[in-house]
Amino acid sequence: MDILRFTTAGSVDDGKSTLIGRLLYDSKSILSDQLEAIKKSTKNNGNGEIDFSLLTDGLRAEREQGITIDVAYKYFQTSKRKFIIADTPGHFQYTRNMVTGASNSNLSIILIDARNGVTEQTRRHSIISSLLGIHNLVICVNKMDLIDYSETIFNQIVEEYRTFASKLDLKEIEFIPVSALVGDNVVEKSDRMPWYKGKSLLHYLEEVQVKTGSELNFSRFPVQWVIRPGNNGYHDYRGYAGKIISGIFKKGDDVFVMPSGFNSTIKAIEIFGKDVEEAFAPMSVILHLSDDFDVSRGDVIVKKDNKPKVSTDFEAVVCWMDTRPLKKGNKYFLQHNSRLVKCVVKNINYKVDVNTLDKLKEIDSVNLNDICEIKIKTASPLSFDGYKRNRANGGFILIDENSNITAGAGMIKD
Amino acid sequence: MEKYFLSYLDILEAEAIHILREVAGQFERPALLFSGGKDSITLVRLAEKAFRPGKFPFPLVHIDTGHNFPEVLQYRNKLVSKLGERLIVRNVEDTIKKRGLKESKGKNASRNALQTYTLLDTIEEFKFDVCIGGARRDEEKARAKERVFSIRDEFGQWNPKLQRPELWSIYNGRINYGENVRVFPISNWTEFDVWNYIKRENIQLPEIYFAHGRNCVVRDGQLLALSEYINLSDDDIITNKKVRFRTVGDMTCTAGVESNAGTIDDVINELKLSRTSERGETRLDDKTSEAAMEDRKKAGYF
Repeated sequence: MDILRFTTAGSVDDGKSTLIGRLLYDSKSILSDQLEAIKKSTKNNGNGEIDFSLLTDGLRAEREQGITIDVAYKYFQTSKRKFIIADTPGHFQYTRNMVTGASNSNLSIILIDARNGVTEQTRRHSIISSLLGIHNLVICVNKMDLIDYSETIFNQIVEEYRTFASKLDLKEIEFIPVSALVGDNVVEKSDRMPWYKGKSLLHYLEEVQVKTGSELNFSRFPVQWVIRPGNNGYHDYRGYAGKIISGIFKKGDDVFVMPSGFNSTIKAIEIFGKDVEEAFAPMSVILHLSDDFDVSRGDVIVKKDNKPKVSTDFEAVVCWMDTRPLKKGNKYFLQHNSRLVKCVVKNINYKVDVNTLDKLKEIDSVNLNDICEIKIKTASPLSFDGYKRNRANGGFILIDENSNITAGAGMIKD
Repeated sequence: MEKYFLSYLDILEAEAIHILREVAGQFERPALLFSGGKDSITLVRLAEKAFRPGKFPFPLVHIDTGHNFPEVLQYRNKLVSKLGERLIVRNVEDTIKKRGLKESKGKNASRNALQTYTLLDTIEEFKFDVCIGGARRDEEKARAKERVFSIRDEFGQWNPKLQRPELWSIYNGRINYGENVRVFPISNWTEFDVWNYIKRENIQLPEIYFAHGRNCVVRDGQLLALSEYINLSDDDIITNKKVRFRTVGDMTCTAGVESNAGTIDDVINELKLSRTSERGETRLDDKTSEAAMEDRKKAGYF
């Protein structure tokens, strides 16, 4: 069995929480005491229906205000798959939380209210999904019960969305007409829309083949920790502990240690005391090299046949997440997998209007929730791949030197 | 392509090992909080996989309320001597005396809330900059919102509104003086995943996880193990039941469930049929209010 990680974005009004509640409830993943607890507080709120949003809005402030503020993670499984949902808020002011949820997902579910069609929020979610390298999108046209299950309206929305999405880098878009409230096409196919020939949402999620982001040709192993026991018969032991973030390594492979560029071969691949012939992403292993030289945390072991770029200068698309604005000349810590370096923002190329995709030039500063393209110079070289080629080795975060908070998320351009 | 396919347990394991190694790589003085429950036992196995044949880059720390199941303490001591790792035990009893704290009284008296004082004192004593814990997001709705690297201020408090965004598998462990971090490597695991992992790895657990005859006090429909730590009142009914425990906390706030499950497979089968969550079924400490966990976390709890 494998895992599908997907993100849902939207506000309570779209019926997003109802949809998730429906998925969990109808797949029998809500347990009776959890349901009791929701019913109890729904009673407190005074309306009769079960308010599924109380399942995902786990913080006191969220329940008080009836909105989703932060990402909530929910887990369920069917006989076919395990699912991890990153449920994120839809309002503009929480764009950074949406980006956070999308960064670990392979599929996005976007809800459209059938009565409203494609809105600004739909466009923003789609653009963010596309930027974060999510290729699979499911557009749930919700509240079909309120438009008499009209095929014509559904088709109009599909058309409208396709026109907009043609500008984006989305590989696979699935459209499903649903009513989360009543349960049409969520878990079971509904007989109220005989014109719809596709699968129910859950059925689709169970079967869809997603790009997992682990590119087999890009063999990358960032060293996290060097194991040197130095005693008990392990005097000469030196193992590089880390996770294969993409690709495959075999015993005997010719490798480079980046960014220094030393070359060596893989002497052994060890998993919990056992030697294996090969290992692949996303396994956590220990690598042993044939040569002894200084390899430490932050170095990346790569296969000789496909090297990453090594540079101190690159361009990246950045989502800004701090209330202190990003300005040309600002310095930050940059964390790229296990490597931490200082960097300076050399230039702000443009800011993206997340509703129209227009590029706004001559920008002085970038504010919370803005998305922009910048030029960066690092104090020492990074070895990276373009985010679009290899998501696992193309993303980084910027950390404020003073407050230490995560101020931005960046995706390196090719 | 099928050749390069990992099952969900392998994916979760690889993710948890990666997180543990990030802790080792990013922090000066880590600690692993060990309660003797199945989740922290799972963490120990993951730490072995992350760091052997080297030593753990952290000690195990047990915050001992003094109200533990004796089986769990025996298990702890055996495990630690087998591992050859360092164990630090700090007692809530000592904190109570030193700080002149008041224990809660009455029928449902528990030292649950007092653990926070001992934990924060221990962090201070050893200057730990990070504590690894076995909390999972599926346990509770406030935990569902918490980051893998959760920053606490100098009072140990969690601020849910000021959480750092956490992107990809990049964890930002940089902190200011006085702050510290709680790290949860098995955030994305469910109770089921933990049991399936214990089965796959053939991990020994304390006996109380399996069905056994025990004298219990029935309270609000829940079965509390009869022990010297429970304040009995005249109307309490004591009955002998075959029970097992789904979670391991203090004897005063952890309830057993009636069960015939004598093996890991039996437990997994019972879980498949269960319609209640583990904390809902067995933890009295979460039932005090809708936001009980959120409030305790804001005060510095695990």
